[in-house]
Amino acid sequence: MRSPKSEALLSRYSTIIIFLIPALTIFTLFVVLPIGEAAYYSFYRWNGYGDPEKYVGFKNYAYLFKNRVFILSLKNNFYIIAISLFIQLPFALLIALMISDKIKGATFFRTIFFLPYILAEIVTGLIWAYIYDGNYGLVAAVWGFFGAEAPFIIADKDWALVAVLIVIFWKFFGIHMMIYIAGLQAISKEVLEAAKVDGAGSFITAIRIKIPMLIPTIKLSVFLSLLGSLQLFDIIMPLTGGGPSNVTHSMVTYLYYFGVMRMKIGFGSAVGVIIFLICLFIAIGYQRTLMREDNENRF
Amino acid sequence: MKTGFKTFYLYLFLFLMAAMIIIPLYVSVMGGFKHTGELRTNSLGLPINWKFENYTSLLGNSDFWLFLWNSTVYAVGTTFFVVLFASMTAFIFAHVKFAANKFLYNYFLLGLMFPFATAILPLFLRVRDFGLLGTSWAVILPQIAFGLGFSIILFRGFFRQMPREIFDAAFCDGCSYTQFYFRFTLPLSTPILATVSVITLTGSWNNYLLPLIMINDESLYSWPMGIMVFRGEYFTDWGKILAYVSLTLVPAVIFFFALQKYIVAGLTGGAVKE
Repeated sequence: MRSPKSEALLSRYSTIIIFLIPALTIFTLFVVLPIGEAAYYSFYRWNGYGDPEKYVGFKNYAYLFKNRVFILSLKNNFYIIAISLFIQLPFALLIALMISDKIKGATFFRTIFFLPYILAEIVTGLIWAYIYDGNYGLVAAVWGFFGAEAPFIIADKDWALVAVLIVIFWKFFGIHMMIYIAGLQAISKEVLEAAKVDGAGSFITAIRIKIPMLIPTIKLSVFLSLLGSLQLFDIIMPLTGGGPSNVTHSMVTYLYYFGVMRMKIGFGSAVGVIIFLICLFIAIGYQRTLMREDNENRF
Repeated sequence: MKTGFKTFYLYLFLFLMAAMIIIPLYVSVMGGFKHTGELRTNSLGLPINWKFENYTSLLGNSDFWLFLWNSTVYAVGTTFFVVLFASMTAFIFAHVKFAANKFLYNYFLLGLMFPFATAILPLFLRVRDFGLLGTSWAVILPQIAFGLGFSIILFRGFFRQMPREIFDAAFCDGCSYTQFYFRFTLPLSTPILATVSVITLTGSWNNYLLPLIMINDESLYSWPMGIMVFRGEYFTDWGKILAYVSLTLVPAVIFFFALQKYIVAGLTGGAVKE
């Protein structure tokens, strides 16, 4: 005879196992193991058939860092990050401060600014490919208005990247604005009332109270923006597909064209591992600043 | 007087920004109604001769509907399993004390920083070796896996805030964990169920990279793949392409307006509590 207590214990453990197994299995098989395998394959030259046998050590990595197109794609990712951090986020913050106060039409503006974020990236890319088209698009119309021959911006080696960066800004500033608005709404009304009573204007309140209290939220949006920037793919494909002359690749479009399309498993995995290491580096930095903050608050 | 000016510039700025968002969307939807010649000369205005053919030919195109259907299967399949598995897992993390609780929770959190791109080649090989290429599972399973982490965080946060008394009372009545999960947790969690569903649904619906890697068979193409193929066929025939774009854009916008609350809650949910 089992005692009721051990029966309950048994039911508890069987519940834990039954409830956790589906998620744990799928997560391990399709997220954790592939990341480990990518690290392993990156030391081989392999087309994906049979077992990986041709061990090449760090050759795939060495090749990458001598490859002009890869270096360029790495640079492009850093441009994307720079634009996101130094233009997009401050801008999103500015707009959030403007419309988080109860001004007339706040909901309207919030909805409009958020709209691009919900569009598929492919759709966004196609819309802008049209806008940029020197024969048909808006750019053509504006140039035509001034009687000039319109340029083909996304086919121009010097301008293509700028064109891509503009689209990235257009598409993603809304989500950061939303995150900031949510953060601003969480600031207690009493603090803001007190500031008002003390005669602080909206500018002073923003600089002295709202932004400092928003720091954790800002950190989070920086973190999300960094990780998102490093994984950009969909939006580039319909715009430039990495062209012209491979100047607008991100690391992921590079991985797609030179790893996946050519079934170079080892080489492509090496690109993936580099992306992973950069993400890891950023995540560790993020954890650290967060933890330091917790400690400061505690003591 | 001074505030009047300030308000004026504030609104001027906001309306200019709004125009930057709206105009590209507006010219795209209108572009689908224009003849090629008119697209060249009149890109901003309303169409002079409305041309409906771009839209009607798409609506009569069986591939267009097939791709939408495939994307629906991927999105609904992914969402169903993400909601089920993530809520079960989060339920254990939120309500059941056991030694590895925290450790396993962190294990899932770790997955959040794993870039999907790193996994794609090994993921492709795994799906191939499981014999799943050429089936919907090739898209659905990896999407479930990568959707779990964030969903578990959202569910766990919500479950932990549920009043402890319900739980204690149910237990005294001899309710088992499983019964509690189905009879109390799920019915009381509609807001978070909606949020996770909406986010997973949109993520899957818009996904391009994963189906692109996994799917070779045209009969299984998702709509973003379909639209890119279409673009390849009608390279500068923008009227046709913009019609396709608009037909996918309009439902997305309606969906967004209807479920805005849940989308925003999900996307900003983690941000505030940090």
